[in-house]
Amino acid sequence: MATRIVVSGLSKSFVMHLQGGVQLPVVQGVDFSVDAGECVVLGGPSGAGKSSILKMVYGNYGADGGQILVRDGDRLVDVASADPRRIVRLRQSTIGYVSQFLRVVPRVSALDVVAEPLVSRGVDRALARSRAREILSRLNVPERLFALPPATFSGGEQQRVNVARGFVTDHPILLLDEPTASLDAANRAVVVDLIREKKRQGVAMLGIFHDEEVRSAVADRIVDVMSFRAAA
Amino acid sequence: MTDMDDARFPPLSNSLPRGERGPVGGSGAGADAGVELNGALSPLVGESGREGAPGAVLDDQANLRTYSFAYLDEQTKRMIRRAILKGIAIPGYQVPFASREMPMPYGWGTGGVQVTAAVLGPDDVLKVIDQGADDTTNAVAIRGFFQKTAGVATTTRTADATVIQTRHRIPERTLQAHQILVYQVPIPEPLRYLEPRETETRKLHGLEEYGLMHVKLYEDIARHGHIATTYAYPVKVEGRYIMDPSPTPKFDNPKMHRSKALQLFGAGREKRIYAVPPHTDVVSLDFEDHPFRIQTFKEPCALCGAEGVYLDEVILDDRGGRMFVCSDTDHCEERRAEGHRGALSGESR
Amino acid sequence: MSAVATLPDAEEERPLLKVSRLSHYYGSRLGCRDVSLDVYPGEVVAVVGESGSGKTTLLNCLAGRLTPTAGSVEFRMRDGRLRGLFSLTEAERRLLARTDWGFVHQNPADGLRMTVSAGANVGERLMAVGDRHYGRIRSTALDWLARVEIEADRIDDDPRAFSGGMRQRLQIARNLVTRPRLVFMDEPTGGLDVSVQARLLDLLRQLVADLGLAAIVVTHDLAVARLLSDRMLVMKGGEVIEHGLTDRVLDDPREPYTQLLVSSILQV
Repeated sequence: MATRIVVSGLSKSFVMHLQGGVQLPVVQGVDFSVDAGECVVLGGPSGAGKSSILKMVYGNYGADGGQILVRDGDRLVDVASADPRRIVRLRQSTIGYVSQFLRVVPRVSALDVVAEPLVSRGVDRALARSRAREILSRLNVPERLFALPPATFSGGEQQRVNVARGFVTDHPILLLDEPTASLDAANRAVVVDLIREKKRQGVAMLGIFHDEEVRSAVADRIVDVMSFRAAA
Repeated sequence: MTDMDDARFPPLSNSLPRGERGPVGGSGAGADAGVELNGALSPLVGESGREGAPGAVLDDQANLRTYSFAYLDEQTKRMIRRAILKGIAIPGYQVPFASREMPMPYGWGTGGVQVTAAVLGPDDVLKVIDQGADDTTNAVAIRGFFQKTAGVATTTRTADATVIQTRHRIPERTLQAHQILVYQVPIPEPLRYLEPRETETRKLHGLEEYGLMHVKLYEDIARHGHIATTYAYPVKVEGRYIMDPSPTPKFDNPKMHRSKALQLFGAGREKRIYAVPPHTDVVSLDFEDHPFRIQTFKEPCALCGAEGVYLDEVILDDRGGRMFVCSDTDHCEERRAEGHRGALSGESR
Repeated sequence: MSAVATLPDAEEERPLLKVSRLSHYYGSRLGCRDVSLDVYPGEVVAVVGESGSGKTTLLNCLAGRLTPTAGSVEFRMRDGRLRGLFSLTEAERRLLARTDWGFVHQNPADGLRMTVSAGANVGERLMAVGDRHYGRIRSTALDWLARVEIEADRIDDDPRAFSGGMRQRLQIARNLVTRPRLVFMDEPTGGLDVSVQARLLDLLRQLVADLGLAAIVVTHDLAVARLLSDRMLVMKGGEVIEHGLTDRVLDDPREPYTQLLVSSILQV
């Protein structure tokens, strides 16, 4: 199995300038890798830095040191040092992300929110919409909501739109930031199914799951983030 | 400029050197240039072309010593001639000039009068028309003005005139190489309707950015279904400058195209002079699917029966009676003298 | 794990706009200082900062509306060559401004002709580049009005009869009709109601994506920057103090001022 993500010697701290420049160390010496078709879960209590690591891999947070090598086609890209435009393209072609919260675009319908990542990857709009429809139905989002902007949806509905948006593409790498956090049991099961399908398709996944049941259902390995805990 | 007759209209560079003709009647030295500019043209004017006598003023040596020929002082005429020459050199380009106060209000042809005064020579024969007519107030007043200040011969016959000052019309008779047509212009800037800033309109002319002109025509079609501009219809001169032909009906635009006569435009209040030299391309702006068309009239002139001329509506009574007659009074009279008759000519005689 | 490639492909490596060490002073007063920036085809760059931070000065220098005191701005012409903006003749620069560029003003009245119809506003650029077919100009104008969600029956109304949001959408249509490659926007949603803003933002996002436009958007609104831009520059006191991927600057700001700016956003 090909290795898709290799993280080595990664470190991160926050400097809070508004609090007199206090430095908050988060993680250091982070080392792990994720292979194609594998789901690696970041483990550890709240505040251990799981989310920060995930965000660094996505390029959303900057890294202070170390490397995050990601396979992009036949190249390797170091997300920790790549320029912004490279990251933009990496997100388009390689790394998908399912966040905890949906950042709602005003006035865009749920269907289009889900179809958008496909369209931006060059998929025909009609085809993208039909794929979006499919996955939304699978996640039990009622059809009457498709045409509405998700801003007014309930938390669970928004989360399902978000999951649909993350899973609709065929990105070879998928980052999952608590995709089941506010879902009921039935929909959690759908997400577990979706993750298993992705695995069979050879997608490398890195995720955070607080739900014990889901975690054990999908995790191939658990990386304990506490071992990277930076000394305060 | 292929069919241009050099003998009749010498290259401009040759028309200015002074000394070929002496000063006439003791007028100031500065008048030379003006005399010659027209001197080159005047030999073609037959004696028969003179309607009135040269006039008492020309004979009055004392008067000529005291007053400038044709009202303006010589320095002013020289300044205006420079502007005219520059205008001729750059067809359609608006040349600023130091417009003088004239003894008439703005809007009565102060620009045209200054241009006429600057080009007029003692041998010229002047015709003045207003809306095509020789007998309207404005025309009569300006004609009288030059009779008094220049003592030149005047005429109402287009064929006999060497200088024709006009407001709102071009004569129906095709103008010839020895003639100069002077237009009175109220607003010389064709882009003004859409762009109020003079700095910007100058830039637009300089950079040949004329999209705006078509915006105006677009608006016409959008609002009226056709280009509804009927007068002051914008033209492109010699493929370069967009020009306002003054408020002449668009009917007259084709007459400007490659005219053998020199056409000069004077705007007194706006202080601009521009020119269309003889044989110059003057093309009316249009759209491919809405081509330029001139007005057509359903019936011929009620007095002389002329067709294909510009007609004025004349109200005959208070019961809706009306007739359409030539706006060019000279043209109409000439035709009637030749025996042409229109539908109403019997009654009106 | 060798051959780490952080360089993008050569084809996409060619910037559309190249800004080097640009400074502008108003007399002795600083407008902006030492700004360097490359803008690539199809990307949206936001410039954020408070009023007086120099962002509008920068925008005006980039768009050739202000001559910088020092530094250079180069644009890649259609022939593929980079040309210094200020070595172009004024005629060339103005031609660029009405073909390959767009400029969306905060106040639509600054970018529209308020006394001519919506159709003529959209058609003006077409006529300026020599289109002389009324029917074609009109149908293109109708098409663009539809794209910016203005009813076809408003085509002959002039923008004085339009609401603020409609005017702004009309201004956008007027700018995009010649398919520019680079659009400058100065607070495009400023002065609009929140709901109208949302509609406009969505529209802009869609048009930018559909047309593959590159855009430089000046805004003090970080939410606008997040929704529209790929990258952003944070300006303070005339200088760029932080720049990078938009979500990284907003979610993991480094500079004290950026942290302050981000923490000052009202959450809804």
